[in-house]
Amino acid sequence: MKYFSQLKAALFLASLIPFVRLAWFGYTNQLGANPIEFITRSLGTWTLVFLLLTLTITPLRNLSGWSWLIKLRRMAGLFAFFYALLHFITYIWLDQFFDLHDIYKDVIKRPFITIGFAAFIMLIPLALTSTNAMIKRLGGKRWLLLHRLVYLIAICGVLHYWWLVKKDITQPLIYATVLATLLAYRVVIKNLKTKQANRL
Amino acid sequence: MLIKKPDDIKASEITDKQVYLSRRDFMSATTLSLGALAAGMAAPGLILGSREAEASTAIKLNDLRKSALSTSEGLTPYKDVTSYNNFYEFSTDKYEPAKLAGTLNPRPWTITVEGEVKHQKTYDIDALLKLAPLEERIYRLRCVEGWSMVVPWVGFSLSELIKQVEPNSNAKFVEFISLHDPKQMPGQRSGVLDWPYVEGLRIDEAMHPLAILAVGLYGEVLPNQNGAPVRLIAPWKYGFKNAKSIVKIRFVSKPSPSSWMKANANEYGYFANVNPTVDHPRWSQARERRIGEFSKRETLMFNGYAEQVAQLYSGMDLKKFF
Repeated sequence: MKYFSQLKAALFLASLIPFVRLAWFGYTNQLGANPIEFITRSLGTWTLVFLLLTLTITPLRNLSGWSWLIKLRRMAGLFAFFYALLHFITYIWLDQFFDLHDIYKDVIKRPFITIGFAAFIMLIPLALTSTNAMIKRLGGKRWLLLHRLVYLIAICGVLHYWWLVKKDITQPLIYATVLATLLAYRVVIKNLKTKQANRL
Repeated sequence: MLIKKPDDIKASEITDKQVYLSRRDFMSATTLSLGALAAGMAAPGLILGSREAEASTAIKLNDLRKSALSTSEGLTPYKDVTSYNNFYEFSTDKYEPAKLAGTLNPRPWTITVEGEVKHQKTYDIDALLKLAPLEERIYRLRCVEGWSMVVPWVGFSLSELIKQVEPNSNAKFVEFISLHDPKQMPGQRSGVLDWPYVEGLRIDEAMHPLAILAVGLYGEVLPNQNGAPVRLIAPWKYGFKNAKSIVKIRFVSKPSPSSWMKANANEYGYFANVNPTVDHPRWSQARERRIGEFSKRETLMFNGYAEQVAQLYSGMDLKKFF
């Protein structure tokens, strides 16, 4: 693709918009009555969005035939980690103010926090092994196996949101539907490939 | 029944609304430093003017009596009290009711009192406003979600109305039924809760002097998003007990489940007393974030009203009757 590097730069900047928006809202006092809740929810939302975007790239490449799409997947994944990290820091710092005892109790006792915490922990090795050097060091097969964790992470992320909501599950349901579609696509493709292989 | 009253506060000790409005600049400074740190946006000292100093256009309620039951704690800014509302009749998003509640028409409005009472009657809202002298009641409000406010409500003790309608000996519970009109309350088109919103109190709870019918806040008529024109406030209970936009008050011998009990009986009980030792099944109730404050504070038993209300529940297992 001719303008790939420009496109990638533009997408990089666009991916920073949710962060810049929060900083701007904080700066201009537009975070509402409960700023910490607003920041936490916004960062959580964008983590989910970037996780789902990451998982959309492969199906989109297959369906469209645009092979250059795959070169955006790492960036999308790293932005998912970026927003997850900020979400996590917001919880530890602004929400709990480093009260390790309470954080520990939360992680142990609250299923929605347990699962969110687990998802974040699983994201760390994926972010650390995202470099070309790490892919080489691990070897493609092992790297691929490790990075399949992203499916589990996305499921945990959606459940984290689902279990937090008091009653109105509309929003988590939207994320769950998109994720289910993306995972179902992979299952279908895999089955088709197995059938083809059997025929050969 | 001995009802201990907190120390009286002088009017001069209640901090001025405008002073409280400026407390939030602290929060904006915090987020600013976070943003500046990470994004390299080094521009301290340029905090834009607070948008909270907007003039209110609401109707003033005059000649309010001070109450010995008021707290002297700092008030939550008017802007926050009127823009951060759980009012599922409009939206499940707390910032939306303030934008959407314009469709609610609090005049004309009637409140029907029925059931096990001597005098079943329908009050016009303007007659209800004159039922008893209006008082300012500055109460803590603790939401089941873990945040709290201090709100200067305007209203009168619910007991004043109860005495007037004379419940009979079958009247053991009081139900509060909110308006059910999807035209005025578009959120009711969704089945997120079983409409109309129903809440209830045991009759002795309802007679407690702390329980009020609120018709205003900050010396003004209740804004729509806060449950205009009349709502319940029982400050020792979680916020959801306080039915908004009440059209019916029914005296009954047996309690019927509240809207939230019907939605999830494991998570929301009939009493819903603020209790830091009984967690919501999915989150802790030990601490709360006071709106406008950075650090969480300890949640107090019965939201700090234990001295006044604990005797209502003596001998009861509050873990069972949550």
